[in-house]
Amino acid sequence: MTGADISGSRAVFLVARRELRTRVRTRGFVLSTLAMLLAVAGYLGLMTVFTDDDPSTVGLAPQHAALVGPLSAAAAERGERIEIREVTGRDAAQAQLRDSELDAWVTGSPDTLEVLVREDLDTGLRTALVDVAATRVVNAQLARAGLNPQQVQQQAAAAGVQVTSLEPVDPQRGERLVLSFAVSFLLYLALILYGTYVAQGVVEEKSSRVVELLLCTVRPWQLMFGKLIGIGLFGLLQLGLLSGAIAAGASLTGLLTVPALSSLLWMLGWFVLGYFLFAGLLAAAGARVSRQEELQSVINPALTILIVPFVLSVFLLGDDPESTLVTVLSLVPPFSPILMPARIALDVVPLWQIGVSAAVTIVAITAVVATAGRVYAGAVLRTGSRVKLADALRPM
Amino acid sequence: MLLAEIVLGDDATTGPAAVASVPMNELAVRDPETTGPTQTVPVLEIDRVSKRYGDVIALRELSFRVRGGELFGFVGSNGAGKTTAMRIVLGVLSADSGQVRWHGAPITFETRRRIGYLPEERGLYPKMRVGEQLTYLAELHGMSVRAARHAAGQWIDRLGLGDRRRDEVQRLSLGNQQRVQLAAALVHDPEVLVLDEPFSGLDPVAVDLMTQVLRESADRGVPVLFSSHQLELVERICDRVGIVADGRMVACGTTAELQTCGTSQLIVDAPGAAPGWADALTDVSVVRVDGSITVLQLGVGADDQAVLRAALATGPVREFHRRRPSLAETFRTVIGEQNR
Repeated sequence: MTGADISGSRAVFLVARRELRTRVRTRGFVLSTLAMLLAVAGYLGLMTVFTDDDPSTVGLAPQHAALVGPLSAAAAERGERIEIREVTGRDAAQAQLRDSELDAWVTGSPDTLEVLVREDLDTGLRTALVDVAATRVVNAQLARAGLNPQQVQQQAAAAGVQVTSLEPVDPQRGERLVLSFAVSFLLYLALILYGTYVAQGVVEEKSSRVVELLLCTVRPWQLMFGKLIGIGLFGLLQLGLLSGAIAAGASLTGLLTVPALSSLLWMLGWFVLGYFLFAGLLAAAGARVSRQEELQSVINPALTILIVPFVLSVFLLGDDPESTLVTVLSLVPPFSPILMPARIALDVVPLWQIGVSAAVTIVAITAVVATAGRVYAGAVLRTGSRVKLADALRPM
Repeated sequence: MLLAEIVLGDDATTGPAAVASVPMNELAVRDPETTGPTQTVPVLEIDRVSKRYGDVIALRELSFRVRGGELFGFVGSNGAGKTTAMRIVLGVLSADSGQVRWHGAPITFETRRRIGYLPEERGLYPKMRVGEQLTYLAELHGMSVRAARHAAGQWIDRLGLGDRRRDEVQRLSLGNQQRVQLAAALVHDPEVLVLDEPFSGLDPVAVDLMTQVLRESADRGVPVLFSSHQLELVERICDRVGIVADGRMVACGTTAELQTCGTSQLIVDAPGAAPGWADALTDVSVVRVDGSITVLQLGVGADDQAVLRAALATGPVREFHRRRPSLAETFRTVIGEQNR
């Protein structure tokens, strides 16, 4: 006899492996993953183009060689990055300007600077040059009046206003808000997407009747659990690839200066918790119908539950991520799987809150999955019209 | 005709009294022809299984047995309870009362795994490849990956699907999907086969192949229980047949046994007989007259020898034989009795 008894975990493993394999191998997976990565790359690329910070190349005619120092200093003061080199002769300068090798060529007499550009002079560069010219005039006047221009400049620089802030603003607040929004948006989409995959997978087995064959050799909870794990791993894989691309892209292009990686890792962890909470509900909902066409109506309630924490995170977190309301909501399901990681991205959560929230969520998952398992087992073999919840809980 | 008369063989367990007289250990029947005195043939027993759906009674104390090595044909009208009985054997449905036993012990989830099942509503993953699907099902039944792949390959070749191994099931013709479905029932080398309408929708070549495969499984000692509406086929290939009506087993036995309990007809070819020659005979009625041939229906008190004497009295008798009813006729008679 070769059909030996198999353990429950082996059955769950086999089911999960099938789910993961058949999904990862589809063209749809490869295409959708590539599309996501391209979207991230494209977005980051665009952002980089728009926030153009290539150094401007300035050519100086030989008579202005002395401007190298003051011009560099003036540009640095404004956060402008410039490269300066000497270019001799108008013809050579024009050729280089046309080839975009040069952004501006400074010539003319020392008192009246003349700047040659291809189309337009960059504002930053213009103010730097004006500044340099003005300083030269002021310095000349000071020297004529018998004062030391350098001393005067230093004294002027030392005068200023000292600001004391009662509630200092985190200079990275804006970036963190963007990150937090990205986290809650990605989680919301991922939970809907992979949760729906679970429900569709359940209905696929029911509508193709293969479930009757499967349940002759595995128990309903093994089938449901294997499916949850398999699709969950699939989701984690895809979301992980996406997070990696975002983190790598953001740091390569310098768009985010806050560490995005740790927020994204927290997001992946909370995806696992949120997924088991919602996908369990969706598996039970899916088991109630026999046709894909009927699916939407039974999964809508579960999907509606998901919208609430997402909307709350959008409206409440930008205002005050540490308010009592937000803090309490982020500790309890069904809000915790989205609110907590979104708050973590804002860097306002003490570790104990994360622990409490995760523990409460895990307790809720246990209850939800146990109930979902009962509904699933009671409904999955009843084909035909939609199975009432009360019927699903009665023995067949 | 009384119900008790047509329930034959060792399946006369229609009432509680009859069952009580059969001790448990005797249910593993000894087969004196093929095995030694200490060996027993394994038996799949369905013992007084009842099932109701709401107000509808699907099974009423249904009882029968299928011995190892036997092809058992399960026939009955639509809605008689065949599928319900099979699903209860497989555990996808639970019985309200009664028991299914295998090797004399109540069947459990673990023993059910060793049954090969072909459900009435065919079921496979439409988008999974044939080879992978069969390997997966074999692994779910406890085979190692290697053994599962090997068995899947063997059945694919045996059922003539060698060049479709890498195709998705949904790309196959319905007939070929049916072959994959059969392979799915057989791939884990089951101890028992339960097949719901395995022949429906098959072309004649596939019917022969299916018959061969079922016979081979039975020859390996597997009890094969299958349902079918094709009574000629059942009559031809089955060792035993059970007729179920209204949730009860109303007749059960070998085809030969069942034939004797159908209506009894005599065919008499007496060219010299005048019309009405048989009218005076006790408990005999004329079914039809076809030239010189008279077809007679014999009642319970009829004496075939009296019929022969009456026929000879009319002149020469060229043909005189008892007609064995086909399974289809028996089926109609038995079901007719039920509905009366």
